[in-house]
Order: sequence, then structure tokens, then C-alpha cells
Amino acid sequence: MADKNGFFDLSKTTLSRRTALKGIAAGAGLALAPGFVRYSQAQSSAPIRIGFQSHRTGIGAAYGRWYEKTSAAAVKAINDAGGISGRKVELVIEDDGTDPARGAEVVNKFAKQHKTDIVFGTLFSHVVIGSAPAAGENKIPYFVVSEGHHVASTKLNRYVFQPGITDVKSQIQSMAPWIAANAGKKVTQIFPDFAFGYDHRDYLPPALKAQGADVIAQIAIPPTESSFTKYFPQIPAETEVIYHVMVGPAVLTFVKELGEFYGSQRPQLFGFMDSLEAVDINSPGLEFLDGSHFWEGSPRYAQPDDSAAQKAYRAAVGIDDNGAAVGDPKDISTASHMFGCWETLYVVKKAMEDAGYKGPEDRAKLVEATEALKEFAEGPEHPQGPKTFNGKIHQCFGIQNISKVEGGKLKVVHKTKIEDGLYEPEGDYTTQAL
Amino acid sequence: MHFGPHLLLAVLEGLVTSAVLALTALGLSLVFGVMRIVNVAHGEFFMLGAVLAWAISTAISGHPAIGFVAALVIAPLLVGLVAFLAEWLVLRRLNYNPESTIVATIGMLYIIQQLALTFYGPEARPVEPPFSYRILLPWFGYSGYKLSVVAASTVLLVITWLVLTRTKIGLIMRATQYDRETAQAFGIPVERVYAGVFAIGAMLAAIAAVLIVPISQAHYLMGQDPLLLSFIVVIIGGLGSLRGTVVAAVLIGLSDGIISMFFSPTLAKIIATLVVAMVLVFRPQGLFGTAPR
Repeated sequence: MADKNGFFDLSKTTLSRRTALKGIAAGAGLALAPGFVRYSQAQSSAPIRIGFQSHRTGIGAAYGRWYEKTSAAAVKAINDAGGISGRKVELVIEDDGTDPARGAEVVNKFAKQHKTDIVFGTLFSHVVIGSAPAAGENKIPYFVVSEGHHVASTKLNRYVFQPGITDVKSQIQSMAPWIAANAGKKVTQIFPDFAFGYDHRDYLPPALKAQGADVIAQIAIPPTESSFTKYFPQIPAETEVIYHVMVGPAVLTFVKELGEFYGSQRPQLFGFMDSLEAVDINSPGLEFLDGSHFWEGSPRYAQPDDSAAQKAYRAAVGIDDNGAAVGDPKDISTASHMFGCWETLYVVKKAMEDAGYKGPEDRAKLVEATEALKEFAEGPEHPQGPKTFNGKIHQCFGIQNISKVEGGKLKVVHKTKIEDGLYEPEGDYTTQAL
Repeated sequence: MHFGPHLLLAVLEGLVTSAVLALTALGLSLVFGVMRIVNVAHGEFFMLGAVLAWAISTAISGHPAIGFVAALVIAPLLVGLVAFLAEWLVLRRLNYNPESTIVATIGMLYIIQQLALTFYGPEARPVEPPFSYRILLPWFGYSGYKLSVVAASTVLLVITWLVLTRTKIGLIMRATQYDRETAQAFGIPVERVYAGVFAIGAMLAAIAAVLIVPISQAHYLMGQDPLLLSFIVVIIGGLGSLRGTVVAAVLIGLSDGIISMFFSPTLAKIIATLVVAMVLVFRPQGLFGTAPR
């Protein structure tokens, strides 16, 4: 192609002295602008800036949107009550595309360019695993709301925390007794073929074994798959329970095709709510789910025994009694997970206030103060329920809900105890250097 | 499950994939055959069809079949209009230069995708099928709607073939494909043919998407897989060959269904890619393509 305008002709693009002077002048002007120096004079009154690594695009986008809504509501509540140590809180949002490589770039950007105080908010486990090294290198505390076991496994680093949502290993361990006792003893597992799914793959069989039940087949499905019928023949005929946990935009297809395949002659179903997050359980084709059971982190539907804190939390985030956005009944939330953003931000507030946190130079103090936390009482700051926190493995432990689909709603039929989900720590982050 | 029913299910699934793939790939093949343009944004026209189908079917109340039929008519027309405008605003200005149009259609891919994300959102949204009949076989149940997709797609393919071979429009398109300059010398308005072909190619993708959207929901990233598979099909079948496209679509669809059911979906993709490599090495013009003159 002819280069008519000479864009690629280097001889025409040499920097003239005039251009160079203009550039320098503009740069100096920016540096002198009032906004640029404001915070360096008044460190103590400047807002605390929280870098929010959000799944705005990619397979996690539906979660990302609700994580942002919940976090915005929590920040507003914190600011209305005086902020953190009297300083306002401000969210700086960057999209990671639900992609591990971009996740690491985003963490670097927060640390080096935005210079945020911490990084927060990641859900998808492969993004967390991909981003954690960047957080460690930059020595910036990284508070994830991911549910995976990777934080608690102590395979990441000292700067990564998960204080607002329980991990899969703990969830499985506390629910296995209920599954074995109420659903059936021969279990077939269907899970997404990446880190989060592997937690289910690895921890369910031993947990069920301890209860006298067996996993008879394990079916891994790529997270970007859009058609599922082809996997169902792998489900052994003697299966009593199908244990399903799927993620990504095709979850509704998955459940629908399962219904077409089995009709009313289905085995018992036990699903993680992940299989239906942001999806209306009354969507056409999902009728066969009636009577099946789901794990829920925090119940999607308002329950008769909801605490005042739970009600206040739902109102603040803007979800109605059916777990949909107020004013748009078709906009279903990711209620099972997003409460973790709310609770994590309150943990950050507590830890920063305990540490006397002033700015990025106090990040190490913040890590130690977070590790020193022991428990979080149920209340407006922790509406999902009480939690304990193990500072050695940077992971909280809490209650789980098992809900039954009844009349087009999810009704909580069983709540586990915190002790049900405790396990022996696999390591100790506090021995790592800061 | 025994081998027989297992194979039956694999074939059924494969046929549904083939049917949708044939329509989508045909659009891509037509655009390449006539215009010599590699349309990287083809998958996004597919996605746009699905997203519009959702918008139209939710806007129309009453029996789901009414909304679906409306979507089947209106969505492809709107997508065709978008493609027509894109052709006029972008591709024509580039004089259909093969290299520049690849870059331009990559740009279109991102623009359409991000507009869908902005205005439609990141959720996967369902469209209700026009009917939900579950065929009960002795071993498993199967969606009656899926089989109707195969039938509908076959009818559409036959119509396309008739239009291309039996009508004046088809003759003009084939003449343009055969030799652009001679066609122009005979008074064929080549630019208008190009605009029309680009719109029809996009509409075929949109129709395929409307048919598939009651099975798998509308999502702003759903255009990526069809694009990749369409390229595979078009390369194997021979660029610009209708017959080759259909044969390759059935081949890829069935092998995908059967291999992914008996072995693994990853193996199915590996084999499809390997076939593409082999075809490119031993028969670069594709199974049914004609060698360049």
C-alpha cells in the first residue's frame, strides 16, 4: 500500500524544537495543576483508594456487574458513617476481562499508576491465581472474593486475603454430610474444567467418603462450552445424585439440556448456585429443577427468618425479595457470592483502623493487622452470618445454606455450622517475609 | 448407556451443530467467493442476530411462537441493514483491498462486540423456543425444537441454492464471482452486488443465530466460536463453494458431535484443526474449491 500521507516516513516525523517545547510546557502545566499536588500536602485527609479488579467483560461479566453494585453500596454505607479512620473511601475500577494475564496487568496498574492503597474484588479463581504474583511483587494487599481454595491452600503469597467469603473446600466439607444423608450415596460430579472446578473435583470425593458415599464419575466441562447434551451420556445409569457446579454465560443452557435429557426421570440434583447465578430459576425449561437442592452462599430469595442486618443489606444493594434488581425483576443478582464484597470491605475498614493505616507505606502493617483478626460478628457489617478468620491461611470460615426449589423460589432448608467447615491448615503465610 | 443410543445422541447433536454451522459458514463463503473479502466480523453478525432476537421476542408479548417468528424475520433484516451500512461506510472506501479489509473487519468485530456489551449487557439471556416438545426416546429425551432447527436450516440451504442457481440475482452474483471486470463490462453494477452479497452473508449468519438462540442464550461473546468453526468449514470445503461448505459443515458437525461424545471435545477440536492443516497442505483450494485462475 502506498503511504500517501507519509505516516510511516520517519524523515517527516522528527521532533521539531517547537513541538518539544510545547510538550514540556504542557507537562509542567499538568504537574502544577491544583489537582495534581492536592494529596501530597494533605495525606491524612485524602481518600483511601481501593483498586477494584472487576470482571466487566469476559465470561465473568454478569458477576462483575453485581460485584460493582454491591461494592458501591458498601462504600456508600462506609462513607455515610464517616469512612475509614475519618477518610473517605473511593473505588478505582479497572476491567480485567476475566482473564488471568490481564488480571496481573491490572494489579500492576493499580500499584504503579493509580497507586491505590489495596487491590480488591476478584472472583474468578484463574484470574486470582494469575494476579496474585503481581500483588506479591508490588507488595500491595490483595483482597479477593473468589470462593476458590487457592488462598487457603497457602500456595499464593502473604499479600493475598479472602476474608469475606468461604472457600470451596470448606463449603464441600460442611455440606457432604447433608448430601450423603438426604440426597444419595452414588454421586456423579459435573464441574468446569479450570481451577475452581478442580477444587470441587479434589475435595468432594474425600468429603463424601467420610460420610459413606462415593463419587462414581467426574465430568469436566470446558468453561467456554455452549452445548452440553454431549456430556450427559457419561453419567452412569446407577447415579443417585448429580452434583453440578457450572460457571459462565452458558449455565442456563446446561441446566435446560439436563432437563431435556432426563425429564422427570432424573436422579436427585444437588447444585452449586454458581450453575444458576444471575439466571431466573423460573426461566422456561427449568421446571424440572423443582424439588432439587442448591448450595447458596447467601440466599437469593428473602427468607422468613432474615435478620434486620440481612434486610438492610438487601435494601442498600438494591435487590428485592426475589433477589432481582429493584425495579427490574428480570435482572437477577449473583446473591450467593456478592455479599462477599460488602463483608470484605468492612474487613478492610477494620484492619486499616486497627493498623492505624496512613498510606501505601503502611501496607505491611495492614497485612499484619488483617492476619491478627479472629472473628466477625453477624450484623450490618456481616449480614450473611458470623465468621471466624484464620490469619495463618488468610481465609474466613462461615455458615452455608442448602436451599430447595419450591414453587419457583429457593427456600433455605438447612444451615451448616462454622465448625462443619473447619479443616487443618495446609500452611502458614505469616512465616513468609513481608 | 449402550453404544447404539449413545451413537444416536451423538449424531443428533452433530446434526444440530452441522445445520447451524452450514448456514453461518455459507454466509462467510459467499462473501469471500464473490467479494474476495475475509470477513472477520462475521461471528459478530451472528451474535447481533441472537441479541436482536432476544430484544424482539421480549418486546412482543403473547405466545412465544409469535415473538420467535417476528425475530426470525426482523432480526436478519436489521443485521442485513447493519452489514449494508458497514459495507458502504468502510469496505467500499477501502476499494475491497484484501489486506485492508481484514484489518477493517477486525475493527468492526470489536465495535459491534463492545456496542452489544454497552447496550445489551454482559448477561446471557434466554429466548423462549416457539414450541417446547420433548421427544421421548426409550433411552433419553431429546428436544423437538433442536430437530426442527435441522429441518429449517435444510430448507434455507435449499432456498439459497435455488436462488444462486436458478434466478437472475444468482446469475449476477455468480458472474461477479467469476470475473469482476468482465461482469462490469456487461453492465452489472458490481458495487451494488457487493453491498447486497455482504448483507446477505450477514443475514445468513443472523438467521442461524435466531435458530440457535432458544437452545443457547444470546451473549455478547457468542460470535467467537461460530467464526472459528466457519473458517474451518470454509477452508475445508473450498472458499466460495456452496456444495463444499455444506459438505464440510456436515463433516465437521458430525465429527464434533461423535468425537466429543466418545472421546473429548478437545480432541474433536484438535482433529478439526488437523484436517484444516492437511487440506491446506495437500489441497489448498479445499475439497470442492477450484484452483485459482
